[in-house]
Amino acid sequence: MSEPRPLTPKERMAIERQRMPEQDPSARRANFEEVNLGYPERLAMLEAERCLRCKTAKCVEGCPVAVDIPLFVRHLAEGNLPAAASVLLRDNALPAVTGRVCPQETQCEAVCIRANRGTPVAIGYLERYVADWARTHEEGVTYEPAPPSGKRVAVIGSGPGGLTAAGELSQLGHDVTIYEAFHAPGGVLVYGIPEFRLPKEIVHQEVERLVRRGVRIEYNAVIGKSYTLVELRRMYDAVFVAVGAGLPVFMSVPGENLKGVYSANEYLTRVNLMGAWAESSRTPVLRARRVAVVGGGNVAMDSVRTAKRLGAEDAVIVYRRSLKEMPARVEEVHHAEEEGIRFEFLVAPVEVVGDERGWVSGLRCVRMELGEPDASGRRRPVAIEGSEFLIPCEAVVVAIGTKANPLLTSTSPDLRLNRWGYIEVDSNGMTSMPGVFAGGDIVRGAATVILAMGDGKAAARAIDAYLAGKPSLPVVP
Amino acid sequence: MHPVVSNTKLSPNVVRLVVEARRVAEIRRPGQFVIVRMAPGAERIPLTIADADREAGTIALVIQAVGRSTTELCALRPGDSVRDIAGPLGRPTELIASGRAVCVGGGVGTAVVHPIAQALHRAGVEVTSIIGGRSREWVIYERELAEHGEVIVCTDDGSYGRPGFVTEALRDVLAAGTIDAVYAVGPVPMMQAVVAMTRPLGVHTIVSLNPIMVDGTGMCGGCRVTVGGEPRYACVDGPEFDGHLVDFDELRDRLTTYRDFERAALERLDHDCKLGS
Ligand SMILES: Cc1cc2nc3c(=O)[nH]c(=O)nc-3n(C[C@H](O)[C@H](O)[C@H](O)COP(=O)(O)OP(=O)(O)OC[C@H]3O[C@@H](n4cnc5c(N)ncnc54)[C@H](O)[C@@H]3O)c2cc1C
Ligand code: FES
Repeated sequence: MSEPRPLTPKERMAIERQRMPEQDPSARRANFEEVNLGYPERLAMLEAERCLRCKTAKCVEGCPVAVDIPLFVRHLAEGNLPAAASVLLRDNALPAVTGRVCPQETQCEAVCIRANRGTPVAIGYLERYVADWARTHEEGVTYEPAPPSGKRVAVIGSGPGGLTAAGELSQLGHDVTIYEAFHAPGGVLVYGIPEFRLPKEIVHQEVERLVRRGVRIEYNAVIGKSYTLVELRRMYDAVFVAVGAGLPVFMSVPGENLKGVYSANEYLTRVNLMGAWAESSRTPVLRARRVAVVGGGNVAMDSVRTAKRLGAEDAVIVYRRSLKEMPARVEEVHHAEEEGIRFEFLVAPVEVVGDERGWVSGLRCVRMELGEPDASGRRRPVAIEGSEFLIPCEAVVVAIGTKANPLLTSTSPDLRLNRWGYIEVDSNGMTSMPGVFAGGDIVRGAATVILAMGDGKAAARAIDAYLAGKPSLPVVP
Repeated sequence: MHPVVSNTKLSPNVVRLVVEARRVAEIRRPGQFVIVRMAPGAERIPLTIADADREAGTIALVIQAVGRSTTELCALRPGDSVRDIAGPLGRPTELIASGRAVCVGGGVGTAVVHPIAQALHRAGVEVTSIIGGRSREWVIYERELAEHGEVIVCTDDGSYGRPGFVTEALRDVLAAGTIDAVYAVGPVPMMQAVVAMTRPLGVHTIVSLNPIMVDGTGMCGGCRVTVGGEPRYACVDGPEFDGHLVDFDELRDRLTTYRDFERAALERLDHDCKLGS
């Protein structure tokens, strides 16, 4: 277990990065169980010893919620899991989630000093290890909330942004109620990200912890319909809006309304939230023999790997740029390849083709080549004339992005939006409505779990400061 | 949890379920719907709000047992409860402020036109309701609609009221005088027939569409319909649209997406019931 004497830096440098044990590709492509199995204790302890314990740790700056990484890793290396977990949970309300879905390779691990020579410390895997320990050992984790402030705060949306803000606000002594449109909490964590990457049980446990700590959740509350934002503002001392982006974008090509064309949101919601991955599910999803997924991000990757698990013989990614430009996480692309996912790079759909009964029978595409860089700095794909070809398939999943959902914002006339419909906030995360704060995807556009969490945390602090010195509203029945 | 207050059988496979849903009862407007999830693991299904009682905090849902989920909902009794009710969703009906309107209802759609007829009547519009069913026992909401104006009942077999389809009665009403708007809710072929009749006359016609839905908030796009050549989401942009602009053939086709699945689910239910009895 823990070493009698600390290792020397040289000894630490000699340890190689420990591999994450994974479910075998041939088995996992037919089930929805988690792909990454998590470090066993021995590997976690060994990996923790690789941390050089830098005085000014770059990794902390690389983390959007500034987890004290060297400290929790050190506690772990010393075998003190309660201390490691307490440090981690103090800064990160959902570590078992972020330990699984954060793009560490572009954040904390990208700036790890060890990345300069060799491979970075596997911070994400260690985070997951400690968080999973904490899930089963809550008694060991210290939690010291502030005394009740008498202030009431409403949080709209129970995705990572809303959950983080709720946790933080309740720790600061405020009385928090979350309003969630769906019948279950978690936002994209439950309806978008599949079971094989993030078991729903983990999200439920993290939410349960918040509920035990006093956060209330009102389900089936669609703000903009059940209540307007203005009404909630009147009922609460402050409001945090984290409703995500939501609205799916379609391709605007002919044939998109044929039976068998899904938005990724619909496809994944049916499978994940509504449980259609199980044969016995009451909510249907088409289990097509050949599925084409359009797009190159995490959402596309999740959709195509889901299609494979639902029994598709051919599950293919159709992406208009090349592998290099794909926004999906490296680990996911790698996992997808191992699972037998096919990739059509530099290809753009021009039409969904149907049979005489209105079912999808193929995706007509053109080949592209990369031209001049566009506004995003990526080279713009241009169609090659005469290169049309058909990808035969019975289902098409469109995963080319999302837009801002106007359901809440269109009923809040005083809420200032940018020209894409996302909510504008000041440096404190406050919107143009005093006392109403916002964060996550509805402010940033489709971003990441950890950025939404960072917004939730920052907004909670700003709300706390805003509420300090303000008289509480009388409680409305 | 939403306790069931009453369950009344209206026709051989249609029931009126009254459930507690205080907030929805308080703020719902004609034309709006809720998404219901009966129990953990159940489907989310959209149902139009047929009526509401603010004081009692209840809403009435009129449900036709067509699939497994609706069959189970129809079997609920007072003392049971519904797990989730989200809403009110969708845009309220666009009501004309004066003049004459015809409300056409077919099947369970008759229950859906009821709050529309009620609101029109309250606004001072003269309402004629035309409702239909296969035969006498399938006619629902006649008495309720009669409180808001003249009611013409049609049955396919002539066992009650006027023999024939609602569209035939509509033709006569349209011929008899100026009509400012037609509201039609029912099976897709019925709405399509109504629209075919009002289009050449240029009578403004509003239809309520019932595509497959999941979330009801604009998030999934599964409810997309083509209106005036443009994709629209029935759950947030509708469910009511200008009938003259709706692509009904597409809607009709998309509604069959899960037909095989639904048939299998019903067979399973049947099997389970037999085992259980
Ligand atoms: C399939 C998929 C895979 C992804 N993979 C990753 C990944 O691996 N790593 C990563 O970092 N990021 C990933 N992302 C992005 C990440 O999930 C989002 O950036 C993040 O969830 C945004 O959090 P949020 O709290 O802003 O909103 P959301 O998670 O979108 O949550 C918003 C919540 O608000 C609710 N809501 C919406 N409107 C209303 C309303 N009017 N009233 C009440 N409630 C409402 C919604 O139902 C939802 O529960 C992925 C996204 C998708 C879709
Ligand atoms: S039901 Fe999902 S967008 Fe309308």
